[in-house]
Amino acid sequence: MFSGWLRAGALSAAAVVASVGWAQARTDLVVGMQLEPPHLDPTSAAAGAIDSVLYSNVFEGLTRFMSDGSVVPGLAESWEISEDGTVYTFTLRSGVSFHDGTAMDAEDVKFSLDRARAEDSQNAQKALFADIDTVEVVDPQTVRVTLKQPNGSFLFNMAWGDAVIVAPESIDGIKQQPVGTGAFKFSNWVQGDRIEIVKNPDYWGEPAKLDRATFKFIADPTAAFAAVMAEDVHVFSGFPAPENLPQFEADPRFQVLVGSTEGETILGTNNKMPPFDNVKVREALAHAIDRQAIIDGAMFGYGTPIGTHFAPHNPDYVDLTGMSDYDPEKSKALLAEAGFPDGFTTTLKLPPPSYARRGGEIIAAQLREVGIQTEITNLEWPQWLEEVFRGKDFGLTIVSHTEPADINIYARPDYYFQYDNPAFQQLMTDLNNTTDPAGRSAILKQAQEMIAGDYVNGYLFQLAALSVANAKVMGLWANAPTQATDLTGVYWED
Amino acid sequence: MNRNLAFGAGLTAVFVLAALISFAWVPQDVTQMDIANKIRPPSPAHPLGTDHFGRDILSMIMVGARTSIAVALVAVGIGMGLGVPLGLAAAARKGGWLDEVIMRANDLVFAFPSLLIAIMITAIFGASALNAIIAIGIFNIPVFARLTRSGALSLWTRDFVLAARVAGKGAARISFEHILPNVTNLLIVQGTIQFSLGILAEAGLSYVGLGAQPPTPSWGRMLADSQTMVSFAPHMALFPGLAILLTVLGLNLMGDGLRDLLDPRLRRDRQ
Repeated sequence: MFSGWLRAGALSAAAVVASVGWAQARTDLVVGMQLEPPHLDPTSAAAGAIDSVLYSNVFEGLTRFMSDGSVVPGLAESWEISEDGTVYTFTLRSGVSFHDGTAMDAEDVKFSLDRARAEDSQNAQKALFADIDTVEVVDPQTVRVTLKQPNGSFLFNMAWGDAVIVAPESIDGIKQQPVGTGAFKFSNWVQGDRIEIVKNPDYWGEPAKLDRATFKFIADPTAAFAAVMAEDVHVFSGFPAPENLPQFEADPRFQVLVGSTEGETILGTNNKMPPFDNVKVREALAHAIDRQAIIDGAMFGYGTPIGTHFAPHNPDYVDLTGMSDYDPEKSKALLAEAGFPDGFTTTLKLPPPSYARRGGEIIAAQLREVGIQTEITNLEWPQWLEEVFRGKDFGLTIVSHTEPADINIYARPDYYFQYDNPAFQQLMTDLNNTTDPAGRSAILKQAQEMIAGDYVNGYLFQLAALSVANAKVMGLWANAPTQATDLTGVYWED
Repeated sequence: MNRNLAFGAGLTAVFVLAALISFAWVPQDVTQMDIANKIRPPSPAHPLGTDHFGRDILSMIMVGARTSIAVALVAVGIGMGLGVPLGLAAAARKGGWLDEVIMRANDLVFAFPSLLIAIMITAIFGASALNAIIAIGIFNIPVFARLTRSGALSLWTRDFVLAARVAGKGAARISFEHILPNVTNLLIVQGTIQFSLGILAEAGLSYVGLGAQPPTPSWGRMLADSQTMVSFAPHMALFPGLAILLTVLGLNLMGDGLRDLLDPRLRRDRQ
């Protein structure tokens, strides 16, 4: 009896000594994020939270984004483009299998692309596939995609989370049991709490360094702060409260990652609703806004001022902030010219993120200075989508457009801000027909200038990617070229 | 003079006074933002510091008192205005169908958690100070109806009421001329308590974003705004929190004091 106790004690002591002595690097990671995905199929919903969990970790496409926004080969090892730019022949990597053991081959690629562009497709970004004419299986390792017309951004389009390769065998359960080809396998989803993924031992490429990772959903900024401080989560990507970042920076236990995103934060303006159908009124709005005050007040200094709907880190970006510099006197003069010497009253509908709620209060104060009164309404996301995005029942709103290279939304007259300019629509058609980089760059610059000159929306700032992580976690993406939390290269430092 | 009453009335007076003064003068315009001077601790220029937009917190609390008091006052007004006549009617027709209908309807409203229903009302009809007033007001109705009925029932058996009936007065007239004046003391005490609950409810609704909308300052929203900044700017949460605490404390003490003063039975018990 006694000796049994002793032996057990000695064993456990030995175990403790062993674990301390070996001190291996950790191989588990808890990632915090604010929004939980509605389901787990990135190819059939607009929710960015799905990609935040699954992109690159579980699902992969023909091409993929790197942290700096560049597009590199993914499941396609290489490709050839025909002279006229309409035929893409992809050579797939060999030996790639899905997590359920079935092989990933040309049939799966054809299935994925045909499914995404089908008439009844639920894909949120069908425009990515709009130019595809046919997808043919040449042999199991080769796929030939023929486009209706040249599309200079086709390889870029194929890198989106909406274009990942899925298998016909597992498509039925994909919303609950996603089966991809990535370095991690989906393991478990406790709805309302967390999603767990584990290392895929049969990965075709460089295997993940982590054995398992957990995504924990913490919506409340205060709870997020507490969870990171208590080291309950090791990484919080998209940290919701910029005001807390200096505290993390001052604490040696943590690192703060500040990177760029594709999120143009704009004062969305209803171009069809009087008085905003008058370009003078929109110009007056633009000059009434002090961007730096909004960045300092709402984002505590994190963010880059923009003057058009384009990411400043993009090589084709043109700095047009000067066209809409802060000048309340000019704004008042423009309002008087437009027939509103005493201003007017409009609505300002704000979704939940703090950039919108706080930015909205600041903008309301700035607009009041030039005589424009705003009635602020705070909306939850579903209400915002219903009233503003679909219903177009708003005067002004604030929202960040986080899709990469999305200036083409201005060519859609039925988009929520309802900018209808045939010249711009023509420009976007020209862009799609141009494959030569210099020509594309020139068109993109012209497009930026056109929407800035029409003062379509108030251009505020480029959202910063703010993440907090344990100081020992390495290999995280600082930038957010797409919505993703790529853990394939993440490891713990000893 | 009752100590509770004096202290409670004093505290309440401070906030009512602050609200009244704010109509004429505040240290700094509450719609004026000064981002460069945000989150400053208390200083001579800003006795209670500035918030995350550089607004003066003292001014915000003064104007916020206005919001709180207005919402609570109107909500109690709704409760009394509808609850008291209902209670009087129920007492006058004790045991009748009218009494049953009124009291069962009261039970129905009482059965729901009030703040939850207030959240539901503001969620359906939109968040605004007006909807907050209505939501809080509705839940004051049964409180006053029950109180009035129970007070009135004991009065209906008294000789002076009998005398009035003999004189040929109708039930409505008796209720208003003889019963109502005799339940007023009960109503004042309960009104004070409901007033403090109204301030708490308004703060709660604003805290979750369903009360007065920006830029109208409100204590509850000031608390919500400061939540993520408590760790480095405690003054932003401390002062609006204290304002809520002291006002509610003051009103409750005042209510207790008034009960001691106005309720003759209690006075006799104490002696």
